[in-house]
Amino acid sequence: MTFLEKQLEDPVRFRRMKRWFYGGLAALALTEVAAPFLFYPDHGHFEFEDLPAWGSLYGFISCVVIIVVSKLLGKLWLSRPENYYDS
Amino acid sequence: MTLEWVHPGLVLIAGACLLPWLRGRTKRLLMVLLPAAVLAYCIFMKPGSYGVVRFLGQELVFGRVDRLSLVFSYVFSLLALLGMVYSLHVDDDAQHVAALTYAGAALGTTFAGDFLSLFLFWELMALSAALLVWLRRQPRAVAAGFRYLLVHLFGGVCLLGGIVLYWSRTGSLTFGDMSPYAGSAAFALILLAFLLNAAVPPLGAWLPDAYPEATATGAVFLTAFTTKSAVYALIRGFAGTEILVWWGAGMAVYGVVYAVLENDARRLLAYHIISQVGYMVCGVGIGTTLALNGAAAHAFAHILYKALLFMGAGAVLQVTGLRKLGDMGGLYKTMPRTLALYMVGAFAISAVPLFSGFVSKAMIVSSAAESHRTAIFLLLTLASAGTFLHTGLKLPYYMFFGKDRGVGGHEPPTNMLVAMGAAAAACILIGVVPAVLYAQLPYPVDYAPYSIRHVVATLGLLGFTALGFFVMLTHLDPEPIISLDTDWFYRRGSSAVLAFSRGGLARVEGFVGQLYEVVVQRFVLGTAARLRQLDARVIDATAEGVGGLTQSLSRGLSVAVTGHAQHYGLIMAAGVLVAIAIAVFGW
Repeated sequence: MTFLEKQLEDPVRFRRMKRWFYGGLAALALTEVAAPFLFYPDHGHFEFEDLPAWGSLYGFISCVVIIVVSKLLGKLWLSRPENYYDS
Repeated sequence: MTLEWVHPGLVLIAGACLLPWLRGRTKRLLMVLLPAAVLAYCIFMKPGSYGVVRFLGQELVFGRVDRLSLVFSYVFSLLALLGMVYSLHVDDDAQHVAALTYAGAALGTTFAGDFLSLFLFWELMALSAALLVWLRRQPRAVAAGFRYLLVHLFGGVCLLGGIVLYWSRTGSLTFGDMSPYAGSAAFALILLAFLLNAAVPPLGAWLPDAYPEATATGAVFLTAFTTKSAVYALIRGFAGTEILVWWGAGMAVYGVVYAVLENDARRLLAYHIISQVGYMVCGVGIGTTLALNGAAAHAFAHILYKALLFMGAGAVLQVTGLRKLGDMGGLYKTMPRTLALYMVGAFAISAVPLFSGFVSKAMIVSSAAESHRTAIFLLLTLASAGTFLHTGLKLPYYMFFGKDRGVGGHEPPTNMLVAMGAAAAACILIGVVPAVLYAQLPYPVDYAPYSIRHVVATLGLLGFTALGFFVMLTHLDPEPIISLDTDWFYRRGSSAVLAFSRGGLARVEGFVGQLYEVVVQRFVLGTAARLRQLDARVIDATAEGVGGLTQSLSRGLSVAVTGHAQHYGLIMAAGVLVAIAIAVFGW
């Protein structure tokens, strides 16, 4: 799969791919903001679902919260060296 | 037993016993044909009650065939087929026999209409699964297999205890809705056993402990049967049990949290089994028809994509011998097909639109929304983001991309790729044409997953999870650590018990020993000595004295016994005279 290799190893193409990724995200968020006005006038089950770009917002928050909380839990409590049970 | 019905699980088990006697192509043909035939047999099976046996005054139903057991039997036998194709290259009869027995036992639990046959297959499942772990034949695997077996035997004992209590209360062994018995000990014990097999924390640490230690091919079978047959049993017996709603949602998040910390590829995937089963347990707890359909649908979809993910990780393990994410990287160059097929599974578990997870998970999340459970809805959606974060981004990033560590590697054997391809095709088929799956669900389905709102919100959620991943990438590098789970209690907690028995308990033992010495040796032995003296002096002397007295008395008497008749006559006459004298003068 030389195509993928080229995309990742060539810095110019990689930067272009990165731009496409951010562009795509912006387009997604905008679509989510605009979609209620264009496609569905009804409300979601919960009020917070009607917030602009709810899915994108909650996705980003979830991701950050999961990483931070889990890493903290690991550092403070759960982590042990790999040979912990062998000794 | 009705002769026209043959138990599909027993077909698998009996067929498995034939395998070691066959060689080469015939054996491989049987390995594929057997589960394929069972799958076809299940598909053509009509609902009804078969295999009814009277045993010890109880009615055992080995073949309760209804829509709920049928949908699970389809996916169990389909997975048995895929798993056997995946392990065609393995030259180890024991593994194949164990795997087919395991699948057969899972079918047995699915069709069991009474608790006794359920228990029978339940235990067989635990044993054959432990074999799949042991057969990796490494010290770590053997130890993990023993832990697995012990935990499951504990669960089996709980189940049996619950069954006995249930039977003594109702006089029947029928396995059905348990809600009329809510609050009783039987209800609690049976629920506990089911939750243990569903790997619900804190009872679920056996899963990430044992599955990563299993053989590359055995793990594929393990992912499917134990937890999902427990989900089946929960749907059957405990639908609408409120506690499961919160427990399930917590479980979905718990698996995600541990996956962040995990470095072992298959252990990370194992934690995501816990997370995904959390959705199903939650659905069972919500208990509406949409939620129960969702739990069954999600179990169906989950078995296929999770097997696919384990097949991908197993392929990497088999080819490179590596299991830690920290050691891998750059494999996309040498294993592009494995990567592509793995990503189908990753998209399916992450509920990307057009993949199977999207149409099944949505049913459970929607049922939480429809029953106005805000916190549950938010927790399940958060866990969705976490699932994509790990299975869809972290694991493929560090395994296939990331820093190229020059691991080398090549594509796995063709049969592995074929099995992965078939599983991937099923994931996409269900995602694109959800009606295929919806038509098999236990209740009529009136649900449209592909609404514009749902699709757009899901894409936003996943896209911005990816953004979060790339922003925080430096914090996610795999570390050479393990994380404590509740298996600590029987892995290190037991050594604490041992240390206690060496330290504290030994001291107590010494004290008891000394006490024994003082009390027994001094007091008891002293008493015994005194008693012996008493025996010697008083009792012996008394006995001797009595003997001596008798002897001297008889010697004195023997003087009187002369043997002459005239002496006896004289004495008798004297006696008569004395008697007359007493009679005359006495009164």
